[in-house]
Amino acid sequence: MDLLQTFFNWGVFTDALPLMLRGLGVTVVLGVVSIVLGLVGGLLLAMVRLYAFAPLRWLSRVYIDVLRSIPLLVLLVLIYYALPFVGIRLSSFAAAAAALSLVSCAYSAEIFRSGIEAIPRGQFEAAASQGMGFFNTMRDVILPQAMRIVLPPMTSNCINVMKDTALASVVAMPDLLKQATQAQALAANPTPLVGAAVMYLLLLLPLVQMVSWIERRNTAGRTGA
Amino acid sequence: MSPVIEVEGMSKFYGAFQALDNINLNVEQGEVVVILGPSGSGKSTLIRCINLLEDYQQGDIRVSSQRVEHGKRLAGIRCEVGMVFQNFNLYPHLTVLANVALAPIRVRRLPRHDAQARAQQLLDKVGMGAHAHKYPSQLSGGQQQRVAIARTMAMEPRVILFDEPTSALDPEMVGEVLDVMQNLARSGVTMVVVTHEMGFARKVADRVIFMESGRIIEQNTPHTFFTAPQEARTRAFLQAILHH
Repeated sequence: MDLLQTFFNWGVFTDALPLMLRGLGVTVVLGVVSIVLGLVGGLLLAMVRLYAFAPLRWLSRVYIDVLRSIPLLVLLVLIYYALPFVGIRLSSFAAAAAALSLVSCAYSAEIFRSGIEAIPRGQFEAAASQGMGFFNTMRDVILPQAMRIVLPPMTSNCINVMKDTALASVVAMPDLLKQATQAQALAANPTPLVGAAVMYLLLLLPLVQMVSWIERRNTAGRTGA
Repeated sequence: MSPVIEVEGMSKFYGAFQALDNINLNVEQGEVVVILGPSGSGKSTLIRCINLLEDYQQGDIRVSSQRVEHGKRLAGIRCEVGMVFQNFNLYPHLTVLANVALAPIRVRRLPRHDAQARAQQLLDKVGMGAHAHKYPSQLSGGQQQRVAIARTMAMEPRVILFDEPTSALDPEMVGEVLDVMQNLARSGVTMVVVTHEMGFARKVADRVIFMESGRIIEQNTPHTFFTAPQEARTRAFLQAILHH
């Protein structure tokens, strides 16, 4: 009984719910913005990494390695607390979106690269032999095939971005976790935290399931077709 | 009229290894040239240089009097030079019809509807009309190669290069592909064919070229080539093949 009152207190939960739903909205918007920016940037970065002039290729490699090595939380704190010293003052949303998408770019780029490199050389040659240029070859021949290959790892990466949005609460971003911790402090009861955990699960569990579903379908397709 | 393909003093190196040595070769409009030779003799490398899928280091290759080299004009040259690959290289994510129509739409800028209508005609021509809406993975090797031939013809190239088009096929499917190629030859398409199919060379070729160790050893009409080869190495090659 005590346990229920402590962790699953309905009154505390309903009081905190409006703010938490607003926080959930912020979390979803931040996640989606970062995912989209990360995917677009990652694709461009993968192109540079694979096909640009040597110095650019080298730079993109440095970028990818550095951004995959730096802890996201450290990058976020740098952007939010260090950049103001050089006059760059970002809102907590902009700082979080920047940190998340900069890192996601690096991971997506490597995923796209592995997908593109998995396409047999004959596909590039067939397109080239028909006079198709780089852009058409990528859009019509290579990327559609690569997308299919990278769909599972890319979805995993998107899930990670969505999860990592919780770090934004560190820079005073009113996201789901931040709202929940505030509500918990206000009510002196951990129910909002439990509620937030459940909301994260409801948001991400279907995506995780989708990844395994895609993977199963892809293996089935490979043997079936 | 100048030849469709002119190769002059062309050499290719892989590092220190010389893959092609001073190749001289002209292909005239409407001609069917078959290139024979043992594996590793450079025959595939030679035709892959003609559309610059492989770089060459010395000499000149010209198609329709334009030098084949990297740059803005390369895509235009490649439109004039079709290629059929050993492994078909169909686009697996596109239907048969879309495979054939893609490059005409993107490169020749044909309206989609016209390109698809033409693609259907070409598929009918190679006996694949009924399979237009299937995916390559649903077809046999022979069927895939016939689609690949239709896809190449869709660009209306001045010459088609065939890189061992039947080498990856099960024996019972070789015939259907060779039939399609023979029909093409009859309709006046200029062809350069790298193959091990002696029957095709004998029946269809206007000229047979024998290569060994990156050099052209002998060129002749098929009749002379098979009945009275001039070079000792050609005789040795034919002996080895005909005794199999």
